Amino acid sequence: MSSQGIILSGLDGDRTWRLADYIKRGGYEALKKIIAEKISADDVIAEVKKSSLRGRGGAGFPTGLKWSFMPRAFPGAKYLACNSDEGEPGTFKDRDILRYNPHSVIEGMIIAGYAMGCERGYNYIHGEIFEVYSRFEEALQEAREAGLLGKNILGSDFSFDLFAHHGYGAYICGEETALLESIEGKKGQPRFKPPFPASFGLYGKPTTINNTETFASIPYIIREGGDAFLALGKPNNGGTKLFSVSGHVNKPGNYEIPLGTPFADLLEMAGGVRGGRKLKAVIPGGSSAPVLPASIMMDCTMDYDSISKAGSMLGSGAVIVMDESTCMVKALERLSYFYFEESCGQCTPCREGTGWLYRVVHRIENGLGRPDDLDLLNSVTANIMGRTICALGDAASMPVQSFIKHFGDEFAFHIEHKKCLVPQDVQREGSKIYVA
Amino acid sequence: MSALRIAQEEKGWLSSETIEFVAKYLEMPAIAVYEVASFYNMYDLSPVGARKITVCTNLPCALSGGVHAADYIKKRLGIDFNETTPDGKFTLKEGECMGACGDAPVLLVNNHHMCSWMTEEKIDQLLEDLKK
Repeated sequence: MSSQGIILSGLDGDRTWRLADYIKRGGYEALKKIIAEKISADDVIAEVKKSSLRGRGGAGFPTGLKWSFMPRAFPGAKYLACNSDEGEPGTFKDRDILRYNPHSVIEGMIIAGYAMGCERGYNYIHGEIFEVYSRFEEALQEAREAGLLGKNILGSDFSFDLFAHHGYGAYICGEETALLESIEGKKGQPRFKPPFPASFGLYGKPTTINNTETFASIPYIIREGGDAFLALGKPNNGGTKLFSVSGHVNKPGNYEIPLGTPFADLLEMAGGVRGGRKLKAVIPGGSSAPVLPASIMMDCTMDYDSISKAGSMLGSGAVIVMDESTCMVKALERLSYFYFEESCGQCTPCREGTGWLYRVVHRIENGLGRPDDLDLLNSVTANIMGRTICALGDAASMPVQSFIKHFGDEFAFHIEHKKCLVPQDVQREGSKIYVA
Repeated sequence: MSALRIAQEEKGWLSSETIEFVAKYLEMPAIAVYEVASFYNMYDLSPVGARKITVCTNLPCALSGGVHAADYIKKRLGIDFNETTPDGKFTLKEGECMGACGDAPVLLVNNHHMCSWMTEEKIDQLLEDLKK
């Protein structure tokens, strides 16, 4: 874990998740400032807009704008939800935020609750990180006991309470409306949009859902100002961001760096490519983002606009690094299996299509590919994309399209010669158990 | 969901009787509870061993030895994925992304305890500890 930023910085004590430690780092000052100076909800949202903070969950939607969609004068309950259902292969940043700095998320959510007039929030935590869920519950208890959470926060007339909710093994619950269904105690199947959650969300009430890292950025923005946050990054890409670097690097882990940092620098921070091998490809934003070959990637800077211009997505900031020992067909086969397994089954194009994608890539990998299989794959993706309720269908299709686009030769070799371009022993050596 | 989780912790797995019991307790139709139990893959709808080991083999983990770790456990326990050792002590499952790719190879013991950076030596040690 390394940080030039605001969320993971200063976390060098041995119990950084404790309230006392957080307060020592300037924690809850932003909330106290709002309460003491009676800053209006509109001003809080204006500050967030000024910061140019964009949603850290994957879509990169401007947070301040999202907050302003919540109806002001709605009679009755409004809800807030935090999306910590991190299950996108390659992404592991929210786990570290919640493990080492849970109060930053709690403070961010209290401020968001204040700005949007919500009295109740939920943090939906990925089921597999159950130990983190338990720790978050402890942090909530600490905040309640300190009068920072619950009725009449810090003696004001503002009340907000927050609860933790755990998933239990379903990638799809990271989709915001599936997440709401899951909090309601149902199967996590996405809802039709519109209506959007800001008008019809949790239990049918206006709801805003943000990512863990987004909330964790809020206290800094209020404390130091939106301009200060924006200045950390680059225009339209405010702040620092966590990048989860995994795969063939010497030091996998989370790196918090200013948006706009060159990819080459990030790769160097992560210790460079393992075993002195050559970089082959990078998936820059989690498994759903299109893969980019090394040559394109080395010219990119790590921010929403640069990666998007290169034909991929910054997504959640999960950087999966693959070196020359990687067989691209095998890599795609594993990803396609994941989407097939995790499709919720609601929409036919995705439920059936992900199965087609997996089975066809699987047969190519196993030497049973047919000459027209690449056309078949492209045609299946064309029939999935844009024809499903949620983005999982697109997420399953984009890797397939991009792998074929950039590494089509390797797929063609596989089909023609019934074996990998990369020898099996090289693959095995490249992906053996590696611990930094 | 929490009710099912607690029931599973107590019973080891979710039989239809357990699901019906949870439904009655929550005053919900049994089918609604069954839908939830069958949707989320950390619920076990068939008996598992005393220790369920779930290994992530998704791409980021696979690049850092997730598949090797799984193969090693298979060899050690003499079982494949979705099988239980004859003594009923261990069940092995293949898992999807656990959100800890930087710690690969990663595995979960009984859904809640995550083990990181699992080398062959650490796997040996873990299996020894779990046998006790």
